[in-house]
Amino acid sequence: MTSPPTPPAPTPPAPPRPPTPSPRAVVRRIGFYVLVGLVTTFFALPMLWLVTAPFSARPGFSVDWPDFTLANFRSLTESTDALPSLYNSAVLSLWTMAVTVIAAALAAYALSRVRIPGRDGLLYLLLLLSSVITGTAAMVPIFQLMFTLHLLDKDVGVVLVLTGGLLPAAIFILKDFMDGMPRSQEESARVFGAGPLRVLGNVVLPNVRPGLATIAVWAVVQVWGNFLMPFLLYRSPEKQPAAVTLNTFYTQGGQPDLALISTFSLLYSVPVVIMFLFVSRRYGFRFHGGVKA
Amino acid sequence: MRPTSAPAEAAAIRDAAAAAGAATPADASGLGRRRALTFVAPALLLIAVFLILPALWTLYLGLTNYRLTGLEAAHPRFIGADNYTNALRDREFHDALGRTLLFVFGSAIIGQNLLGFALAWSLRSARRWVRGTVETLVLMAWILPGAVVAWLWIAFLDDQGGTLNAILHTPGSDWWFDHPMGALIVFNIWRGTAFSMMLFGAALSSVPPSQLESARLAGASGPQQLRDVVFPAIRGHLLTNTLLISLWTFNDFTPYLITKGEPHGASAVLPVYIYLTALPGERLGFASAISLIMLLINLVLALVYVGVLRRRSA
Amino acid sequence: MKVVVEEITKVFEGGVRALDGLSLDIADGEFFALLGPSGCGKTTLLRTIAGLETATSGRIFIGDRDVTRLEPGKRDVAMVFQDYALFPHMTVADNIAYPLRIKKVGRTERRARAAETGAGLSLAEYMRRRPAQLSGGQQQRVALARAMAAQPTVFLLDEPLSNLDARLRLEARTFLKKLQHDLGVTTVFVTHDQAEALALADRIAVMADGGIEQVGTAREVFQRPANVFVAGFIGSTPMNLLPGRCAGDAIDVGGVRLPVPETATGLVATGDEVIVGIRPEYLAEANGDQQGIEGRVSIVENLGTSSLVTLATAGPNVQVTVLEGREPEPGATLRVIPRPGRMLIYRAAGGELVDAGRS
Repeated sequence: MTSPPTPPAPTPPAPPRPPTPSPRAVVRRIGFYVLVGLVTTFFALPMLWLVTAPFSARPGFSVDWPDFTLANFRSLTESTDALPSLYNSAVLSLWTMAVTVIAAALAAYALSRVRIPGRDGLLYLLLLLSSVITGTAAMVPIFQLMFTLHLLDKDVGVVLVLTGGLLPAAIFILKDFMDGMPRSQEESARVFGAGPLRVLGNVVLPNVRPGLATIAVWAVVQVWGNFLMPFLLYRSPEKQPAAVTLNTFYTQGGQPDLALISTFSLLYSVPVVIMFLFVSRRYGFRFHGGVKA
Repeated sequence: MRPTSAPAEAAAIRDAAAAAGAATPADASGLGRRRALTFVAPALLLIAVFLILPALWTLYLGLTNYRLTGLEAAHPRFIGADNYTNALRDREFHDALGRTLLFVFGSAIIGQNLLGFALAWSLRSARRWVRGTVETLVLMAWILPGAVVAWLWIAFLDDQGGTLNAILHTPGSDWWFDHPMGALIVFNIWRGTAFSMMLFGAALSSVPPSQLESARLAGASGPQQLRDVVFPAIRGHLLTNTLLISLWTFNDFTPYLITKGEPHGASAVLPVYIYLTALPGERLGFASAISLIMLLINLVLALVYVGVLRRRSA
Repeated sequence: MKVVVEEITKVFEGGVRALDGLSLDIADGEFFALLGPSGCGKTTLLRTIAGLETATSGRIFIGDRDVTRLEPGKRDVAMVFQDYALFPHMTVADNIAYPLRIKKVGRTERRARAAETGAGLSLAEYMRRRPAQLSGGQQQRVALARAMAAQPTVFLLDEPLSNLDARLRLEARTFLKKLQHDLGVTTVFVTHDQAEALALADRIAVMADGGIEQVGTAREVFQRPANVFVAGFIGSTPMNLLPGRCAGDAIDVGGVRLPVPETATGLVATGDEVIVGIRPEYLAEANGDQQGIEGRVSIVENLGTSSLVTLATAGPNVQVTVLEGREPEPGATLRVIPRPGRMLIYRAAGGELVDAGRS
């Protein structure tokens, strides 16, 4: 006996398919990826050397698949200038940062809170000056000035010069942060009897921490990478910071010592990259129209 | 020193508002005028001695025949405007200036602006990881110390092992020797695009999307939207960006780290030229005169920049 | 031109399902409202019709054309945004003429048509001005003029009145209704203001969570809301929604037994849990010994020509609208009964309206 034919199970309706993109959109999509690809290549290629050469057995100028050797790093300890110069860079950066932050905080606070006659004009003037009187344009008189003041080849001299250049922008930024802070906290602290320095330290500065962090990091990064001023003002090689010594790593035969150069460059770059990542992660990449922060 | 100017436009606007009489208590800190001035004093002193004084000194030095060694070092003589007239007539100075203008025009005004804008525009609607990767790479080029970047590009363009020659299959092409300015221009575009990209990114995000969509609904194509909505909105940003990056590029000393002016001064932009004249060349007086000219050019650029800023915040 | 939305689903990056298999038929020349709370998907739907968003699945028709894949500029629609999106660097005249410029209409004709459209909206004396020099109401008219100049087949308006202040809004409302009536162009507009939707639209789609709760005329949506959500959303004063239980052909609610409304006869059984919906405007003071919901007056809110009285009962509060001059004293006891034919029954489970007219 044949069983009655079972009706076929109703097929579920096919899920609606998304509309296919128009040809114009496809072309635009391709163009975008081509651009992105080209740009990525353009920017990445020169940087590849920095991550491959230090780990290559015999580093040359070419980018090869690294052999993953750490032998090159030995040259860092063998060189008499390399590691001490990193130390010099750190010292210079931290001192400059300290002086800049302190002087800028004091000045920004006063300028933010007190209506000194000509304040606005002064600020724009300072900004103008720091853009105009760059290290490059003023290198000759700075050299001569330091010479006259007997500050050549002295850390103090370099710190002061660098600070002078960084201050106007630092004051501008910090003042901006302070302007945005409501004054009620300071007023209540004063009522409790706090003097102005205490108010600044206990009440104001904690509130503008992002601003302080911004200029501190910015100052460190600027000094860490600065070549011209130390190059100009130091005479003794052992005082030179990393930016300058990196230029001196040649062998007896006049060839660049690439093992040393590549490893040193890597080591020298790491702190800046870390600082940048930290600040941009924490505070976002705030652009004050001209500050690399 | 890397020239930096940081006009926080919000601050400028706030200042203008305060000047217009918005309610700000006169002195919340209780500092009083006198103490406020002492607070400002340390910073002002540093700025006066290490920023302003050198600028004025340039003027003075330029009027002498000062040299580092020899008779002129001990007893520099006042020689009037000779250094200045010599400089203005000097062939090498003209060449250096011309090279610098080419450098600024090619790498900053055209190169960084275009590439920075193109990146900002294309990445607006990219997926987050794409945008993040590209931006990070571009920013890395800006963040790495100048001395490192110099070696990277020496390696990249090396005639024997350089990566560029490997990719283009042109072994033995010595780019830095044959095309020093061209290579420098490409290098500087690589180095500095990050700033323009970020600035235009911020500017583009402030263009109201509804205006773009209105144009799109009216049938405007991509280029038409750029022309009718985007460019009018970011005109001011374009101007300030161009001024800033021109100023920075004009004062950039990094080319020295790569080529030291070689071959035979063919890549000596003005900053390098000044250095070579002053120290190895030992003509401090003459170099000062050129420095002053450079300061004046800086001044013009910066004045225009600050002027534009103040007009925008008003 | 009619607009047909067919099974539109829109899923955003990140998994947000803004539209969920939504279908809609908008007739030619209709003034149609998309109404709902924020996040319901109404703006997404509008933008999908415009082409500014691409649907994840489904189709859109304008007239008989399948425009799902079509660029926004090719759909022959015009959209007015909430912030008007006028181009600040162009004069009013150039703004209005912009769509014509894109369509490559010659300059003289462009100018003439822009002037004509502008004059029609009383903008003649502002043609040379920049948007920043105009008031909010004037800017809105410029945005409308720009949309009209394109002579589209469909107008899309995104919250057209929310940027205007309250007094201006009412004037603009009347103006908008007349304009649409004169032009006769299909208009779809988005709003979260139910009063606005009721006043302006020929038909309304009440939306929630990416789907449509009810489509109907203002009267239908007001008098016979299809479910508890719509019932609570529509109406300047919130509808009273009281739990009740059926007993034969009556319902026990608010401590009293009220007869089952005619439209629901036979559809409920004894013991069914229901929600009874009565608008405050449709409750009247019971006279004499009529059965009514009893409560104590706790709050009296003056609304102008009437007052909203809140009664505290054994169950949830009941609100009644009373005309001026008849306000009770706080603390007094009040008994109210619903106006015949104005009581609605909703199933407690699911919130659906119990109505013979519905399947």
